[in-house]
Amino acid sequence: MSVPVEDGTGFGLGEQDAARFAGILARYPTRRSALMPTLWLIQDRDGHISDAAVAWTAAQLELSEAKVREVVSFYAMYRDRPQARHVLQVCHNISCHILGAQPLLARLEGKLGVRRGEATPDGEFALEGVECLGACGMGPCLQLGKHLYEHLTPEKADALVDGLRRGDPPRPDTDRDLEA
Amino acid sequence: MNQDQYRILSRRFDRRDGHKLEAYEADGGYRALKRAVGELGAPAVREEVKASGLRGRGGAGFPAGVKWGFVPQGAETVYFMVNADESEPGTFKDRYLLDYDPHAVIEGSAISSFAVGAKLCVIYIRGEFGWLVDRVQKAVDEAYAAGYLGQGAFGGAYELEMIVHKGAGAYICGEETGLINSVTGQKGQPNIKPPFPAVSGFLGQPTIVNNVETVAAVPWILEHGAAAYRKFGTEKSPGTKLFSVSGPVRRPGVHEIPLGLPFREFFTDWLGGMADGEELKAVIMGGSSVPVLTAAEAMETALDYESLAAAGTMLGSGGMIVIPARCDMVELIQVLMHFYWDESCGQCTPCREGTGWLHRIVKRLRRGEGAPEDLALLERVCDGMAGLTICPLADAAVMPMRSFLQRFRPEFEALAAGRRTIEPDSRWAREIRS
Repeated sequence: MSVPVEDGTGFGLGEQDAARFAGILARYPTRRSALMPTLWLIQDRDGHISDAAVAWTAAQLELSEAKVREVVSFYAMYRDRPQARHVLQVCHNISCHILGAQPLLARLEGKLGVRRGEATPDGEFALEGVECLGACGMGPCLQLGKHLYEHLTPEKADALVDGLRRGDPPRPDTDRDLEA
Repeated sequence: MNQDQYRILSRRFDRRDGHKLEAYEADGGYRALKRAVGELGAPAVREEVKASGLRGRGGAGFPAGVKWGFVPQGAETVYFMVNADESEPGTFKDRYLLDYDPHAVIEGSAISSFAVGAKLCVIYIRGEFGWLVDRVQKAVDEAYAAGYLGQGAFGGAYELEMIVHKGAGAYICGEETGLINSVTGQKGQPNIKPPFPAVSGFLGQPTIVNNVETVAAVPWILEHGAAAYRKFGTEKSPGTKLFSVSGPVRRPGVHEIPLGLPFREFFTDWLGGMADGEELKAVIMGGSSVPVLTAAEAMETALDYESLAAAGTMLGSGGMIVIPARCDMVELIQVLMHFYWDESCGQCTPCREGTGWLHRIVKRLRRGEGAPEDLALLERVCDGMAGLTICPLADAAVMPMRSFLQRFRPEFEALAAGRRTIEPDSRWAREIRS
């Protein structure tokens, strides 16, 4: 793998991601303002933001490592360590709560054999309760990667876990067919 | 009543191709932007929007045209930011606009940027809307390719760059200074105001932050005129408003209504009443931060800024949460207090500590370990938070807390005395589709 953007931190981007990074820098008015999209670029590729990635980002954007770290830790969606392969995030805020988020979480706990906030020992699944996902009218809902599963029932949650184990998950509700 | 006549913002919500440039242009899309740049000029656009009385749809309800007028005359660099952080529990209207009608948001953002003299527009989308970031980026790319954005647009008469910026999970980034700090590459902690962002915002330059729904109304207003917009709604609350409705009603989802509509009519005709034999107990009208109303109070009010203020609550974001009789109000306030405690940015002590205290006291009550004094303690903690912090997050926690305590006091008193009035509900989720 070619590592064109290398600065002695032991971290580098591939050619394609380096081009994306250059595109980000060109769009934002200051290097610092490019921090969040840069962190997303790294996390989308690596699944998390490692210590080496923090050092690299700080050097590239002319920031201290502490400034990068405080941003990584402030936002709920940046991860500073490797995650389970499938992170199931169930919304447990008010609307989803009214529509049954707690029993849904309990069902998933039973199905996966973990409690919320934990991952399965094989690193396949993690279960989390999260705050509002913006699907209040379609609750209870669950976020998996970039997409949401909505109007969840215990049966649908079971089917999702089974589908992920088989490598054939049901299509998320937000991934609608856009061709007219 | 023909509900379709009020569809200004939701015209394309049930179309499968509404997100495409081709479909948007066939509907007359981008005509308003061309007219704004080619014929009207920025001062006339500002005047038209001001005359329409359009109020900010993010929650505060400040008139958009007036806010634009705060940008200092002759400012060299101005920034425009679209607040698509939409993280207020119960609120998902902006998600529909971004999903089904991204070009209306882009055109409205471009016209608004033009009106305030901005050359860079940032659309800040919450990180949890991952698929929408891609959707909107695709639409922005289309708008660039069609010559509505970027260098050389409109023969060089107005060149606007547009960035789709993805948040990363922080409720506080919906507050305008928090949003600006986030785009700067910092923690999204709010700043004290003044200075207001319109004078000193992003990188110290004048910056206008408007909600998605606010900018999406702008093309229609230019196309049809302020007078046509004022035909909807009331004198002080002109126009239409998107309400996002959750809870066990027959037709949850996003509904567009003329402001001033009686809640009773909305509930019966638009929402179809309660689903599955549920009974209405309470309504949160404008997102989880506003005071809750009892069913009886809700039935007597109308849906506009003034009527809801008179009823002791707020229009807020239009995130309506319908609460059925089976719900334990102390349980629900615990859910909300957990949220505000989790989302406090930690900058101000009254908020950082107060939200934690409120959550712990309510939790203690629900565990059956509370005492009658706890109710007064909750009120005292609220008094120590309200209006005493940099941003309104502390107030956003206090308003539901105080109103739940006031309107559903017997449930709190019973728990404090070691009794339960409502058995915990453990029914499974049911299918509720509109």
